[in-house]
Amino acid sequence: MSRGLVPGWSGFAWHRVGAVCLRHLYVMRSSPIRLLEMAYWPTVQMVMWGFISQFFTTQSSWLVQAAGALLAAVLLWDVLFRANLGLSLSFMEEMWARNLGHLFVSPLRPYEFIVALITMSAIRTTIGLLPAALLAIPLFHYNIFAMGLPLVGFFLLLLITGWSVGLGVSALVLRFGLGAESLAWVLIFALAPLSGIYYPISTLPGWLQTVAWWLPSSHVFEGMRVVLTTGTFDWSLWWTALVLDLGYLSLLGGLFLYTFRVARRRGLLLNVGE
Amino acid sequence: MMPDECPPAIRVHNLTKIYSLTPVVDGLSFEVPQGSITALLGGNGAGKTTTIAMLLGLLLPTSGQVALLGHDMATDRYGALAQVNFSSPYVDLPGRLTVRENLTIYARLYGLPRPAERIAEMVEDLELGAFVTRRTSRLSAGQKTRVALAKALINRPRLLILDEPTASLDPDSGDWIRGYLSRYAAETGATLFLASHNMAEVERLCSQVLMMRQGRIFDRGSVSELTERYGRTNLEDVFLDIARGQEKGGPAQ
Repeated sequence: MSRGLVPGWSGFAWHRVGAVCLRHLYVMRSSPIRLLEMAYWPTVQMVMWGFISQFFTTQSSWLVQAAGALLAAVLLWDVLFRANLGLSLSFMEEMWARNLGHLFVSPLRPYEFIVALITMSAIRTTIGLLPAALLAIPLFHYNIFAMGLPLVGFFLLLLITGWSVGLGVSALVLRFGLGAESLAWVLIFALAPLSGIYYPISTLPGWLQTVAWWLPSSHVFEGMRVVLTTGTFDWSLWWTALVLDLGYLSLLGGLFLYTFRVARRRGLLLNVGE
Repeated sequence: MMPDECPPAIRVHNLTKIYSLTPVVDGLSFEVPQGSITALLGGNGAGKTTTIAMLLGLLLPTSGQVALLGHDMATDRYGALAQVNFSSPYVDLPGRLTVRENLTIYARLYGLPRPAERIAEMVEDLELGAFVTRRTSRLSAGQKTRVALAKALINRPRLLILDEPTASLDPDSGDWIRGYLSRYAAETGATLFLASHNMAEVERLCSQVLMMRQGRIFDRGSVSELTERYGRTNLEDVFLDIARGQEKGGPAQ
């Protein structure tokens, strides 16, 4: 399955996607510090929130009922954060290396490049979060994997949200240069207060709730609380998040491809920098 | 559209690039026959790098057409790119990767059936063995140029486009590169198209020269035709005459 099976994707080849992924895996292999860094922040976050959570459970009956809600929220928020960062960093790596010119005089298609960035984001996110999730088991007797299939569903949805944001950030960096690179770290935090990571969406003022429900992440965190408090999986939340996710991914993937064409018109693939 | 049976390696028609109302490349038209070595000469800002970027599709022209090996770059870019490659001092290979890793990635991007074999050939041909496991960022300028050339040859291109292939090299390294390119073209029949500021290099390698000034082809011909036309003994003097607007003979009509 390598050629032209998706309409408009004629000539799509997995070997080129694999080549771009290999390039980033080589970078990761060459720097154990980077691997450590990937796992470092999620782990620190998890430890800090683990202790806060332990303290709160002695103070709040709601939190006793929803034991693990804070830790699950911390870990799932990091899925979203890492998915965005994993994609943006892989893209910016090419700009830092001034390698875009070489890549795009090869037969690599822009959409193959996007698939490679998405793949690398999934790999980076898994490497970053797995140690934190595993460490939570002995430290706080909290096993996020006990959530079972719902966890897989939430993980997937948050990955897609992160990819969408990452594609938007990459489009902006491609258009405005590496001076805009801090957006990779900053922009995602605009979603945090609206996503209801640590509190229900009903906490927000009415008008802001309307805005929040347009975010896939709000449905995911709401769905997570439903699982943790009632043990049931709310499919309507999951499906709504999926539809929103696919909409944003198409929109921001389209923005990236459009910006790529603008970059070709303005000569930005050769003159990358600040 | 099926490509011609033996089309020119490069066919450019009325190619124009305008930035902020200023034409950087202005109505360029030329053809480069297959199997030739052609130089694109011009002073700084003449439009050489912009032209090369448009040939490769890295930059979209404001108007005009480019066809490489018979493939229209506006409609069939990928048909051409598999048989083309390029090297430029303005585009790097990832410095954190070793030479072998970089070559492996590009061998895979071009879908070579046996990448390890091709890389071994490149390592031997371009004498990369002593530093093939070293990070690319830690190489000398001469070594980096050879690695960039190895990347540019990894897919055995029928058309090789080189932007200043020996820029910032010492005379010995430069001479080595020129010798290699000359042998490669002779042995494979590939077309070489290079932008250069090194007139001795152009005199040694090229059968055809395109002289650019202010975004246009000012003159063209073989080295001997140009020197004769301008009443000079070497290409450097011709270049200086044209760059300074002091040409006595003037371009061919």
